Amino acid sequence: MEEKHAAIEVADLTVAYQEKPVLWDVDMYVPEGILMAIVGPNGAGKTTLIKAIMGLIQPAAGQISIYGKPFREQRGLVGYVPQRGSVDWDFPTNVLDVVMMGRYGRLGWIRRPGREEERLALEALEKVGMARYSERQISQLSGGQQQRVFLARALVQEAQIYFMDEPFQGVDATTERAIITLLKELSAANKTVVAVHHDLQTVPEYFDYVTLLNVRCIASGPVEQVFSEENLRATYGGRVAFLTAAGNGAEQVEPAATTAGHGAI
Amino acid sequence: MSLTQIEIQLIATVVAVACALPGVFLVLRSMAMMSDAISHTVLLGIVIGFFIVEDINSPLLIAGAAVMGLITVSLVELLNRTRLVQEDAAIGLVFPALFSLAVILISRFAGDVHLDSDAVLLGELAFAPFDRLVIAGSDVGPVALYTMTGVLLLNLTFILIFYKELKLATFDAALAAALGFSPGLIHYGLMGLVSITAVGAFDTVGSILVVALMIAPPVSAYLLTDRLTTMLGLSAVFAAIGAITGYWVAHWLDANIAGSMAMMLGLIFGVVFLFAPERGMVALAQRRARQKWEFAQAALTIHLLNHEGTPAAAQENRVEHLSHHLRWQPPFAAEVVQRAQRHGLVERHNGYLALTDDGRQLARETLMLAT
Repeated sequence: MEEKHAAIEVADLTVAYQEKPVLWDVDMYVPEGILMAIVGPNGAGKTTLIKAIMGLIQPAAGQISIYGKPFREQRGLVGYVPQRGSVDWDFPTNVLDVVMMGRYGRLGWIRRPGREEERLALEALEKVGMARYSERQISQLSGGQQQRVFLARALVQEAQIYFMDEPFQGVDATTERAIITLLKELSAANKTVVAVHHDLQTVPEYFDYVTLLNVRCIASGPVEQVFSEENLRATYGGRVAFLTAAGNGAEQVEPAATTAGHGAI
Repeated sequence: MSLTQIEIQLIATVVAVACALPGVFLVLRSMAMMSDAISHTVLLGIVIGFFIVEDINSPLLIAGAAVMGLITVSLVELLNRTRLVQEDAAIGLVFPALFSLAVILISRFAGDVHLDSDAVLLGELAFAPFDRLVIAGSDVGPVALYTMTGVLLLNLTFILIFYKELKLATFDAALAAALGFSPGLIHYGLMGLVSITAVGAFDTVGSILVVALMIAPPVSAYLLTDRLTTMLGLSAVFAAIGAITGYWVAHWLDANIAGSMAMMLGLIFGVVFLFAPERGMVALAQRRARQKWEFAQAALTIHLLNHEGTPAAAQENRVEHLSHHLRWQPPFAAEVVQRAQRHGLVERHNGYLALTDDGRQLARETLMLAT
């Protein structure tokens, strides 16, 4: 109790796609109950990092532990919000059904979701302000609504740790505020959130911790300690334009990271 | 109807429904062409199985065929994973290779066995009732009806038991993996099912048309529903309709039954494609036309609102001026005004157009949405 538990510990993690390293010797320590952003340019391995932690990608080397044990034994503690674009939104199903998918892990093989799952799903939809849309076909949702459905689906997993892949990507202002409120609530309930994030300007406002990633881990720690101009420059390779260097550089960072990203595609 | 005719229709229906059920998941996983590959390469499994057990009726042939189906899928994935070959190209490489190997083996070593290439390609449903299942001396019906009912029950059971897993792995494979459901296992289970179904259907409809039975009913159903369960049910219904109408078309035209079934399934898709209530081409065209008029009426109300109560109103809000200011052809402008009047959006006072309360509200709402 005297010290914060480590929710996630990553040591010497290396991931390679056919000899080409996408993550090179990454160390990361995530204390329990914090909100951590993972930032870095396109191709930095941000998605790969969270996928490797969740065992979705086989690492070439390194150790990962969730509350001191391998992911396989701690599956039930982890909730996942994948990138919105990773699924086919024309799939024939409705909002409630998608949210209930978050309970499938608890149900295990073969057992079907029932009333209890439905109740939890409706409750989660209420939390993200989507209760009215429970019967809506998913292809009729806007981008922000899709994101909130994914969040609700992660909430019903009742996890301790949440991995979110670009939860703010292309969402409207209402959704962004809804997500932030939710993140703060999760954090207050001592849940840990690790989110891939693109907007550097909002990092100090939204997150407690940050990991600056560009294949290697440039820095990882509390925002006020590691979110410096120097580290950002090292991460984005001087492609970030700084208006002023005074004080906490973060607020003055231009969203040039995204512009620079286009060149990388 | 003779007993033989009834038996043929029963077999046709059972085959079609058995194919349509796994087909739903193939369509949702964008794997339609994989079913074409599998339905061909299972032949190699049958041939190799035949060389081993030397009995054309052995159930081991089905096992051999199912294994070959899985080998096909993994070879395609292996090629694709090298990132040197696209998935469609990989399918195009793997399946002709395995299929041609089977054809060469048949023509070289099994010429005198019942494995002729015409039957392989098109099947012959009309002969299916001649192969009877005889138990303890009494005739209990055609063998094909029993094998295909078995396949249908297998598919139904698999989908019923693993419905939740199939749905999750199809919609979001990454979440399935994170939650501990092995999407690979589900994937190969489904592919095994497709292989077994293909072997069963092979005898009756041949390898070319299996793909039509697997794909046409689900894509038709997909255009009509937003629910997976309904999509499964509708696919089965379409498959049955295609089978029975296909049989009668073949009967009247004295044509190949499997070919007629595939044609009828194509026809069903055509009708759905055109006339589906929400996603059909006709509904789409109607919606576009309606939107065109709605948009024009909104534009008219906004134009009137902009000039309402200003000195220019007398000039601007005349019917004849609309074509000039909004650059509308006079007949189109007249039609828009007429429609707007009918909907109570504008009123005509000796040549001038005035907004009604409804019209003013529409203009304001449209402007609000735009900003």
